[in-house]
Amino acid sequence: MVEKSRLSVWIAHSVLILGILAIALPIYVAFVASTHDVRTVAQAPMPLVPGPHLWENYARALGQGSDSVGNVPVAAMLANSFIMAMVIATAKIVISLLSAFAIVYFRFPFRMGFFWMIFITLMLPVEVRIVPTYEVVANALAPVQSLLNATGLTWLIERLAGLRVSLEWNMLDTYAGLTVPLVASATATFLFRQVFLTMPDEMTEAARIDGAGPVRFLFDILLPLSRTNIAALFVILFIYGWNQYLWPLLVSSNLLTVQIGIGRMLAVGDGQVDWPIVMASTMLAMIPPVIVVVAMQRAFIKGLVETEK
Amino acid sequence: MHKRVLFRARWLPYVLVAPQIVITLLFFIWPAIRAVEQSFLRQDPFGLRTSFVWLENYARLFADAAYYHSLGVTAVFSLSVTLLSMALALLFAVMADRAVRGATIYRTLYVAPYAIAPIVAGVLWLFLFQPTVGILAYALNQSGIAWNFRLDGGQAMLLVVIAAAWKQIAYNFLFFLAGLQAIPKSLIEAAAIDGAGPARRFWTIIFPLLTPTTFFLMVVNIVYAFFDTFAVIDAVTSGGPGAPGATNILVYKVYNDGFVGLDLGGSSAQSVVLMVIVIALTVVQFRYIEKKVHY
Repeated sequence: MVEKSRLSVWIAHSVLILGILAIALPIYVAFVASTHDVRTVAQAPMPLVPGPHLWENYARALGQGSDSVGNVPVAAMLANSFIMAMVIATAKIVISLLSAFAIVYFRFPFRMGFFWMIFITLMLPVEVRIVPTYEVVANALAPVQSLLNATGLTWLIERLAGLRVSLEWNMLDTYAGLTVPLVASATATFLFRQVFLTMPDEMTEAARIDGAGPVRFLFDILLPLSRTNIAALFVILFIYGWNQYLWPLLVSSNLLTVQIGIGRMLAVGDGQVDWPIVMASTMLAMIPPVIVVVAMQRAFIKGLVETEK
Repeated sequence: MHKRVLFRARWLPYVLVAPQIVITLLFFIWPAIRAVEQSFLRQDPFGLRTSFVWLENYARLFADAAYYHSLGVTAVFSLSVTLLSMALALLFAVMADRAVRGATIYRTLYVAPYAIAPIVAGVLWLFLFQPTVGILAYALNQSGIAWNFRLDGGQAMLLVVIAAAWKQIAYNFLFFLAGLQAIPKSLIEAAAIDGAGPARRFWTIIFPLLTPTTFFLMVVNIVYAFFDTFAVIDAVTSGGPGAPGATNILVYKVYNDGFVGLDLGGSSAQSVVLMVIVIALTVVQFRYIEKKVHY
């Protein structure tokens, strides 16, 4: 055992406590601001103890929202964020699980091609393809249309049937537009592939001898055995979905998530920001993911470590 | 590693991979190809005519002082965020590793900020340093430091660095703590018996043994600072202050030029450059994971 002087333990605790205070400071000040009225907060320096307007501010934020966002209630924004996070997390898990299952348990033409195609998505974050992805969401059938045009099929159909083919499927301002383009996931696919590769072959053999087909094997054996991995991944993906900013900013101008709502409330010029409402919304936006992390800490840490492999 | 026992089906595997592949093709591969294509095109101001201009967009980009400025800003920003958040996280992790009592509580408290959205991190720090209402801005001004990040580029940079690093401490802390706990206690005991004090043990044993974790976190943090801090910049400074933008990082510039300024060709050329950067970073990350840097 290495010597542990009282002093060094004492220093460790004080550094840690100071660190937490420093990290928590902005959150505390935001909380305090969310309990005062606009006038008190706008007067520098604002007080550092909570004021009497807590319920009033939170009720106003949840029920009426702020003028700067057209009075969309924050409750509605939170619901949108929640739907977005749930759909993204669930869909990512489902489609990654299915594709990993296909890649590990089957041999079929183009298998490695598909694998590399999924891998490439790691190198194409939204940030590097902003404008063209927006175009696809504005008309999800545009790629099909260009293919038809390029192959001359449009021309052919127009000649033969007298119909001008113009396909359109606008996903702007819809839940589909917010979520579908984000649900492909290389990380989750790799994670499930890794999990499946460690499952013993004997088990698959036994299942096959007992007459289980691939679908039965997936649902009755693989899924229950991957439960903890799914939970871990779900926590990470929920936070990922909840915290999205750039993507909803691009594709959704009326369907507001709480992150976008907060951004809008700030974009009115320094003088007019309604700080108590902004801070109340900020606190509300922070609570769900923090609860998820604290309550499911073990799954969360497992997820973080696994998705980085 | 491959499975010996497989299932046989003609069409089932295709059905299983179809959703992932369709989404990948539609929302990843196709837009990426379009970005490359658009980087060779130029539209007239009314979007009526598009002409093929070869490498003109790239030539314009690499002759543009504003672009080099943005590159420099990005380098300063991502290095500062990485260094600041990793140094603090390492300090806290070493302390948490030493403090046996209350370790789980500390871990919970330090890890929780991971869940906070970048935009929220930006807003929280903006509020503290907002020139007219922020209490820290007030304190600075009272103590004789003229604080106004709306006018001073250096201050603006400092603020976005703090906000972005603050959020990332949680992640780094978690991995450093795991790395510290994986170091065999016998090594540290042996050093202690040979008379090495805590500081000496840290720099000659613990820190070198943490190299793989440190290297891994460096790559992750740089990727974070490059791509995941858009919301922080957007909320706090919108790339400003000033004309080339004191905090106009590459990702923000791509968005601003393409989506706000509607210069599709120029923005696409920037996207392609960014794509090359991501590919390089990913390759570094994967090579490292194959080899696991050794001590």
